[in-house]
Amino acid sequence: MTKQLALVIDLNVCVGCHACVTSCKQWNTSGEAGFLSDDNPYGADPTGTFFNRVQTFEVGEFPNTETVHFPKSCLHCEDPPCVPVCPTGASYKRAEDGIVLVDYDKCIGCKYCSWACPYGAREVDEHQKVMKKCTLCVDRIYDAKLPEAERKPACVLACPTSARLFGDIHDPQSEASRAIREQGGYALMPEWGTQPANHYLPRRKTAFHLHPDELERHDNPLKVDGKLPRPAPGEPALDDVTSW
Amino acid sequence: MRPAWSVILLTTLIGAGQGLFLALFAVDAYDAARGQASLAPFFVAAAILASLVLAGAGLLASFFHLGHPERAWRSAAMWRTSWLSREVMALPLFMALVALYGALHWTGRLQGALAVGALAALACVALFVCTGMIYACLKFLQEWHSPLTVANFILLGSASGATAAAALAAWQQPALARGYVAAALVLGALAYLGRLASLSRNARLRPKSTLASAIGVKHPKIVQIAQGAMGGSFNTREFFHGRPREVVRAVRWSLLVLVFPVPALLLLGGSQSAPLLGVAFVLQYAGLLAERWYFFAEAKHPQNLYYQAIA
Repeated sequence: MTKQLALVIDLNVCVGCHACVTSCKQWNTSGEAGFLSDDNPYGADPTGTFFNRVQTFEVGEFPNTETVHFPKSCLHCEDPPCVPVCPTGASYKRAEDGIVLVDYDKCIGCKYCSWACPYGAREVDEHQKVMKKCTLCVDRIYDAKLPEAERKPACVLACPTSARLFGDIHDPQSEASRAIREQGGYALMPEWGTQPANHYLPRRKTAFHLHPDELERHDNPLKVDGKLPRPAPGEPALDDVTSW
Repeated sequence: MRPAWSVILLTTLIGAGQGLFLALFAVDAYDAARGQASLAPFFVAAAILASLVLAGAGLLASFFHLGHPERAWRSAAMWRTSWLSREVMALPLFMALVALYGALHWTGRLQGALAVGALAALACVALFVCTGMIYACLKFLQEWHSPLTVANFILLGSASGATAAAALAAWQQPALARGYVAAALVLGALAYLGRLASLSRNARLRPKSTLASAIGVKHPKIVQIAQGAMGGSFNTREFFHGRPREVVRAVRWSLLVLVFPVPALLLLGGSQSAPLLGVAFVLQYAGLLAERWYFFAEAKHPQNLYYQAIA
């Protein structure tokens, strides 16, 4: 089976801190492919090109609401609708690891691929006039000069709560596959048949069960707190002083 | 979707150019079938030139849509999968064949012209299909994902081309004007019905994607609090037309009035007057601009679900 690299994002753990957004921007604006341009970064209407955004949704009706922080980047679909529509072949899916990439030197900036992506994962760089999107940090995950542990996308390394897992979802033994399998990982907008490689782990109810034993001492049947008699020498004791 | 003027001009101009060529070639083929040449050389020349000017203007407009027009030659590469790539090949092919057809006609080689004209007609239909399929093939743009999209591109283009042919015929070869007026009326009526059908279909569409499927939380009430950017982004600029409802409604009314009813009155009333028929073409073309603007504006992209609230 071929490799399919992907991110698995745990919505139960994401705290919406945007560290993945800033580390993504920092890494990808500093690379060989050139900067990710911004306009009015410190002005009234700051806008710019990002590969990753964290959005926030409120689910339910007050007072029974839940805040869901939702990181969104290219899902590296297994059947990417953006690839076949590209007239130049600039948009392609790598056979060896399933990453969907854009060749910035071939892109004519017609924006047709962004129309063909139901997730809005692609953004035009308004100054370089080419389409850009998440590369899964393809320039870092294979970099042999980096220590093994750092050969991961910048967003994964930055996440303070480990809400982002990175791995090969076609390898059933990978951490990412196991998380999808065991924690109910799901894909976005399954109705379009795009088979996104990135998966999300659902919010979970945190239940805490208190056993009565944990509130009331087992060895106090009369419910009288007090000093227990000193054990006789030779009897088993916790610390040679306190009886069981 | 945000209507892009480059694409609106491209699709409407080449549609009229294609329709004009088809109108001309239909008479030429009919003449060949009954063995009697009836086309005046100056009418043929005027129709060919007008068709090429319309298609060329559309081609020129399309370059303004590109971020890197100097790389446009690359866009023929992926014709196996991309309708856009196929259109990029069909348009110059159509124009070249029409030019050759016109040249053969002008120099009197009518047999050769007929053969080249037949090829040009094939290229013309292929171009219509490619242009329509660029939009119709995007399955999650439900407003576009319908055979009506392709049918309407063909019918609306043919109708405007027939109106242009009627105006040119009234100017250069009045004997043909009556027939072209009739063709423009029939094609215009069909195009109008097709567009009304797609408008009523789109009004009844239910979006397949919801916020629940977009973020994968099974709850009927989800509200976006933040979209991750304060000043907007490509996603907020490209996929929203951003016009008030009144403007959209006004465009809708102008397309309903200008695409067929008003040109039809002029076609019926001024069947031999070149200026009046010219006005009919201009008004119908204005209607097509409104129609194409509305075509983009009415398409709701599912990515918009992720961009409902700024902060």
